[in-house]
Amino acid sequence: MKLRVEGLSVRFRLPGAVVHAVTDARFELREGHCLALVGESGCGKSVMAHALLGLLPANATVTGHAWLDSLDLVAAGERTLAREVRGRRIGLVPQSPAAHLTPVRTARAQLAEALRELGRPETPDELARRAGLRPGDLDRYPHQLSGGMAQRVANALALAGDPPLILADEPTTGLDRPLVEATMAELRRLCDEGRAVLLITHDLRAAEQIADDVAVMYASRIVELTEARTFFTAPRHPYAAGLLDALPTRAFTPVPGQPPELTRLPGGCAFQPRCPRATALCDEQPVLNGVACHHA
Amino acid sequence: MLEATDITVTFGRHRVLDRAAVTVSPGEVVGLAGPSGCGKSTLARVLALLLRPSGGRVVLDGQPVHRWRHRAPRRTAVGLIFQQPRLAVDPRFTLLDVITEPLRANRRPLTRAHELAEELGLTPELHSRRPHEVSDGQLQRACVARALALEPRYLICDEMTTMLDASTQAHLVARIEAYRERTGAGVLAVSHDIELLERWSGGNVRELAPTLPIKEAAPATGERSSA
Ligand SMILES: Nc1ncnc2c1ncn2[C@@H]1O[C@H](COP(=O)(O)OP(=O)(O)OP(=O)(O)O)[C@@H](O)[C@H]1O
Ligand SMILES: Nc1ncnc2c1ncn2[C@@H]1O[C@H](COP(=O)(O)OP(=O)(O)OP(=O)(O)O)[C@@H](O)[C@H]1O
Ligand code: SF4
Ligand SMILES: [Mg+2]
Ligand SMILES: [Mg+2]
Repeated sequence: MKLRVEGLSVRFRLPGAVVHAVTDARFELREGHCLALVGESGCGKSVMAHALLGLLPANATVTGHAWLDSLDLVAAGERTLAREVRGRRIGLVPQSPAAHLTPVRTARAQLAEALRELGRPETPDELARRAGLRPGDLDRYPHQLSGGMAQRVANALALAGDPPLILADEPTTGLDRPLVEATMAELRRLCDEGRAVLLITHDLRAAEQIADDVAVMYASRIVELTEARTFFTAPRHPYAAGLLDALPTRAFTPVPGQPPELTRLPGGCAFQPRCPRATALCDEQPVLNGVACHHA
Repeated sequence: MLEATDITVTFGRHRVLDRAAVTVSPGEVVGLAGPSGCGKSTLARVLALLLRPSGGRVVLDGQPVHRWRHRAPRRTAVGLIFQQPRLAVDPRFTLLDVITEPLRANRRPLTRAHELAEELGLTPELHSRRPHEVSDGQLQRACVARALALEPRYLICDEMTTMLDASTQAHLVARIEAYRERTGAGVLAVSHDIELLERWSGGNVRELAPTLPIKEAAPATGERSSA
């Protein structure tokens, strides 16, 4: 299994504006590997994941390619995506899982249905246990689940079809530390058994635990793509450094300034208005070569 | 002071809280931690006067609370930022509507909504968007603005930053701290992130112990745990 994303861009049309949600994304993810995708709220992480699965609304335009082995996910039709890809070749843990569960059915019924549709032999209890749920939790309806329980149900659903590629969008939301560690261990185990994981997370400590590589996104672009070890010890992009400094265990200070408006991005480096290292050179868009910065 | 004592909450056969207690003084930040499913969000809803407990009392600035789910003025004394923003907003509202709604309902000037949006980093292009047209973190920022709109004397942040990047988290916490310093409000910060709570509250963190399932009430599937 190999995912090769080549020049993937997503635009949303709104009355009087175009949102640049993902711009020219390029990366590879192979079996056995975990790539963490991190970046500021609103920079385009979830949209990128949804674009790979054809789950964007009608006002979105996707260009470029995303090769899942020989299938281009961007060009593939809804039928192919629904029948062959979603749940079978790519599992998605959606962000805000509680909003994606069916309100009128218990967690067990939803897991059972997913397993049946995918033709899997496991029982809901076995699947749930891998996600850190007790069998008793499964008898509840979504509104009766705590935030962290809903998250674990969503994690279990994404694993139901045993997909070779897992897109996990904030899979540890609402989980306590032992559950975060168990979830990360499970994802790492899946990688070690030959699957691949794209881990979108705000939890840098969790990312550090399992990621081989880290992609840092800012204002719709990947601005640094590097080995995890390098990112955590010596990030090169000024935004990446600012992100790490904002951790409660470090300076706990936000990156100064306002987030960029994706409807009015500047011609040059989008980080320029907030960047301590900016010079006149930065009026030109830097290209990604490990890092996209004129002064890194 | 916002005080909850001996709070017991039972949903059907499940006892979720068993004589839980927490107190928040004006101007204070209290961190509340505890394992997933131990009842933190339930306790938050009781403190925000949105859920009547089966037992126990809530006292707000010396006044025992007798009525839950009622409107102003008591309801507006406590603000709650919900753990899951997608479940906490009307999908037909724009982000600006989300922030102005409490102002409108309480006949306050609506201009405050714009200031709040800016303070929380919601750039103007986002104001007219609906929830499905923004990211989860952008929606959560609108929810924080909504909770601050009526200047509550107590603010409960239930996993406010649980899905936000470190920088946005630090930004939101800084906004709440500025609000607390300006108004003397008390803050209850609920989170799994002990490092965040330690840093934010200056070490003032309480642990909510999980309620052991009542033996007779435990379902036959074997959910019971021994004491
Ligand atoms: N349907 C839509 N129409 C227009 N803009 C949209 C739509 N959906 C998302 N956006 C915009 O696209 C950008 C990327 O959103 P996305 O949800 O990918 O952010 P994110 O990086 O996942 O953020 P978070 O960390 O807050 O989840 C955001 O600025 C958002 O406002
Ligand atoms: N309406 C309800 N009916 C039945 N059980 C409920 C209801 N709401 C919550 N519960 C149960 O109450 C317990 C506590 O839920 P609560 O949401 O308060 O936990 P929490 O500590 O906030 O967890 P998390 O950290 O995962 O958000 C859970 O076992 C949950 O399943
Ligand atoms: S290119 Fe310039 S503005 Fe952009 S991050 Fe590098 S130094 Fe800063
Ligand atoms: Mg997202
Ligand atoms: Mg909760």
